[in-house]
Amino acid sequence: MSFEKFKDRNVGEDGYYMVDIEDYPETGWGKFKQVASRSLKGELFVGLWVVLREMFKFDIHTVQYPKEKLPIGPRYRAVHKMLRLFESGTERCIGCGLCEKICISDCIRMDTKYDENSRKEVTEYSINLGRCIFCGYCAEVCPELAIVHGGRYENASEQRAHFVEFEDMLTPIDALKAGQQEEYPGFGAIIPGSDKSVKKTPLAY
Amino acid sequence: MANEITITIDGKEIETQEGEFILNAARANDIFIPAICYLTRCSPTLACRICLVEADGKQVYACNAKTKSGMNITTTTENIERERRAIMEVYDVNHPLQCGVCDQSGECELQNYTLEMGVDSQNYTIADVDRPSVDWGHIHYDPGLCIVCERCVTACKDMIGDNSLKTVPRGAGAIDGAFKESMPKDAYAMWNKLNKSVIGLTSGEEMLDCTSCGECAAVCPVGALVDTDYIYTSNAWEHKQVPATCGHCSAGCQISYDTKHTSIDNPEEKIYRVSNEWNYVSLCGAGRYGFDYQNSDVTKDETAFGAALDAFKKADTINFTSTITNEEALILQKMKDKFGYRLVNKDAQDFKTFLRDYSVVSRSSIYGSDLEKVHNTDFVVSVGSALKSDNPNARYAFNNAVQMKGAGLYFHPVADPVVDGMSKNVVSINHAPLQEEAVLYLLLDLFGNKDLLPTKIIDYLATFHSMKTVTVTETIKEKVVTQVTKKVVNKETGEEEEVTSDVTKMVPKKVSKEVEVDDNRLLEIVGAPDKFEETLQKLLKKKETFSLIVGPDLYTHPSSQNIARLVALIEKYSAFELVMIPTLTNTLGVGLICDLDDEAGEYAIGYNTQGDYVLSALGDGDLDMPAINQQEGTLTSINKRVNPTNVAVGYGGYVLNDIANALGLKAEYTIDYTEQLPTARGFKTRKFDDLPNHYTNAGEEVRGYLLGKMPVRMKKDEHVVAIDEDQALDGTLVYLANPVRQFTPFTNKAHQLISEGGLYMSESALSGSELQVGDEVSVKTEAGEVSVKVISDNKIDGEIAYLPTFDANINSEALFGGYRFTTASIEKV
Repeated sequence: MSFEKFKDRNVGEDGYYMVDIEDYPETGWGKFKQVASRSLKGELFVGLWVVLREMFKFDIHTVQYPKEKLPIGPRYRAVHKMLRLFESGTERCIGCGLCEKICISDCIRMDTKYDENSRKEVTEYSINLGRCIFCGYCAEVCPELAIVHGGRYENASEQRAHFVEFEDMLTPIDALKAGQQEEYPGFGAIIPGSDKSVKKTPLAY
Repeated sequence: MANEITITIDGKEIETQEGEFILNAARANDIFIPAICYLTRCSPTLACRICLVEADGKQVYACNAKTKSGMNITTTTENIERERRAIMEVYDVNHPLQCGVCDQSGECELQNYTLEMGVDSQNYTIADVDRPSVDWGHIHYDPGLCIVCERCVTACKDMIGDNSLKTVPRGAGAIDGAFKESMPKDAYAMWNKLNKSVIGLTSGEEMLDCTSCGECAAVCPVGALVDTDYIYTSNAWEHKQVPATCGHCSAGCQISYDTKHTSIDNPEEKIYRVSNEWNYVSLCGAGRYGFDYQNSDVTKDETAFGAALDAFKKADTINFTSTITNEEALILQKMKDKFGYRLVNKDAQDFKTFLRDYSVVSRSSIYGSDLEKVHNTDFVVSVGSALKSDNPNARYAFNNAVQMKGAGLYFHPVADPVVDGMSKNVVSINHAPLQEEAVLYLLLDLFGNKDLLPTKIIDYLATFHSMKTVTVTETIKEKVVTQVTKKVVNKETGEEEEVTSDVTKMVPKKVSKEVEVDDNRLLEIVGAPDKFEETLQKLLKKKETFSLIVGPDLYTHPSSQNIARLVALIEKYSAFELVMIPTLTNTLGVGLICDLDDEAGEYAIGYNTQGDYVLSALGDGDLDMPAINQQEGTLTSINKRVNPTNVAVGYGGYVLNDIANALGLKAEYTIDYTEQLPTARGFKTRKFDDLPNHYTNAGEEVRGYLLGKMPVRMKKDEHVVAIDEDQALDGTLVYLANPVRQFTPFTNKAHQLISEGGLYMSESALSGSELQVGDEVSVKTEAGEVSVKVISDNKIDGEIAYLPTFDANINSEALFGGYRFTTASIEKV
């Protein structure tokens, strides 16, 4: 596609015409005449007729929210999800703290410790959705694709804190087993074909 | 001193000292040369080889090549860049990609230099060997992450003096021969060495048994050595770094309290670790691990505050310890000026008296040297201090001086395996307690300038010398002629004949000889080892600068006045530069600021000590006070520096300034007093907020300010008295000292250091007695009696046991009549 069309800012005058708008009445009498003529012409009923006509056609395009929801794109950034590893079912989060660091509204916090298996264990994880601006940096920076954005955009509740439980964000283990966890294609996901751009490291064995 | 010279680095002309390492000269002038294994103040390790530079057209290592006048240095050439990149690639071979969970991530030199050298692909490979991580107690070692730069080994040997770490075989296969041809030369040599070793313990034991300073983990460029307590609790970038001064001993080390919120639920600041500028300051275990001694969960209790004010109105005395800031000391002094309180502080009083007695001879208000200078001297002598527990930094300075081609003498009644293990260039002499004067006379005799010393002293010293005849066995070679008879076949006749010939041989023979030698009875009095004079001559070869460290044993010595004069005489009439170790954190500051009294009155306020009404930062008194890590203020260190310290964790209660304000003094904050510190005693009129607290790239200490020297008005008096040899203590002896990593009840409050005190005995003393570890014993002296448990301490040797002061449950001081040694009876109960 050529960009010529967009670059041409000389719009010209073709197809433009002046709208016939009367001058504003300036005298009191002029104003009275305008009100009287608009009220008696019956223009109001034109609009009402259109509505009535469409109502009887039964061809309604309105989405019946909340019964019905529009599908949203995979790159939409709604309330976060925490994914599990497909093979073992363990949490993907390794507690590296990058999401906590990159978060521009400073709403992520985690507590970690050295666990009995000599691994870094995330003992607590919280996102303050009252401050989250859903920028998607956390999902983008996550090296494990553990924290991602989900499609659940309804975050109205008595308290926003209701959304931040780690367990709520985490894929339930039975859902994982039932194959309901899908790989996230949004921010931070591997670009298709990126294998080709990786230089291979030699291996001795 | 070395000569000032000019060299050129990358076209920039810089001034430096002749013989300085290129790397240090570059760093001091803000020129970047990459380096991993080099530690400032320690000897170059030459493990990483990344500091390659070109000097006058020749490739050298910047960390061990010395500057010469007019040298022209280029920090990067094409070949050097190739070497550096290859070195970083080699370091990345088999290095786990677990930065996400590594504790070093964010402050990792491997990460930094890998990026700096632009390593985006890997050309080298070798089969890895199993390197399981090991738990060494307070340190955790993961050989998988280790790049064997040996910085830990260097720090432990050259700075700390424990020699606990060394490289051990890795057990890996050989590097593919093809790499030798294909890869840069230095990178290959570095890899070859790296591939053969990992870090292990010198002792061969499973657990690290050292003085537990944690310096190895601090200097580790990667996440291989980590403090066990810190592991996986935070990331480096999460910390707020609070520049401060350590409040545990008089070294006044610069530290940074690394803080972060406690947890998700608790937003209060918590100290996670203490970090340091390890190139310029080395911490001890108390400084590094004893950080959470704050007085927490304190609120403003108005009734308690009212009671405190009543107590102050009633009191005529304030007892206090020297673990307070200069500003608090000044508040106490102002309260004394205004309300006439008596200020009682035994350790500061003793030190102050000692300093005054010293001034009478030296004409100087304060000792002349500091620990920074000790680091750079060739010959160090320590008298009257259990170095490793009185002031670990003095011990590091002692060790560092010895390791850097120096030598040292350590005089102390308690044998110290740590000092003995430093180097064979250290001679430790365990004299009897109360014979410190003999030691000082010996130093005067050995090192004093006989041309300048007062004749009285020379005459007195001469009385110890006598000529004695000793039998010396010498080995000489002697000519021995023997007749040998051989049977030889006569060529002409073909018959066998006997031929006799003379054979001369040189045979070594031992001969005894009687020789007249000088006998120095002082050596006998202090208990010097055999052939001490010969050893000393060897140690003194090529030594030009001398340091003398004197410690707290002398301040409380019954003849401390005489000792102070002797010490001053040594400083005056010999090449020795003098440092005194102040007993506690701010003993020097308190001694300078406060006019102290000897006797307490009828009703005493105790500040961090006993009294009728107790203010305590330990949280066990009648009114809470903030600990040093909760205060801003200044502390006066052994280096005669007034160092600022800052608030690391919050405090919700009353401070001493609130009491002072309520009583009629006026200052909004405690630090308003910083600029009022007495200039007549050497302090300066500087606002707290103007005091810096950092080191420059050249290693220059830019912290607070140095105390000025004040004129001495007392009359000069160089009179010293003779030694009383009969004074020497013998029998069962007990010393008043702390184990390493403990100083006061404050260190014992930190969660990593908390322990129960007892009677510490060396392993040899224990095996020689009927006592067992854990036995309850009663230690009785003329002054008092305590009942404690027996603890084995392998960091001392010999028969003398010691009692600690860090455990508030053991009132050890009550057993001692001032002097740190006493005879005691130890009985099992």
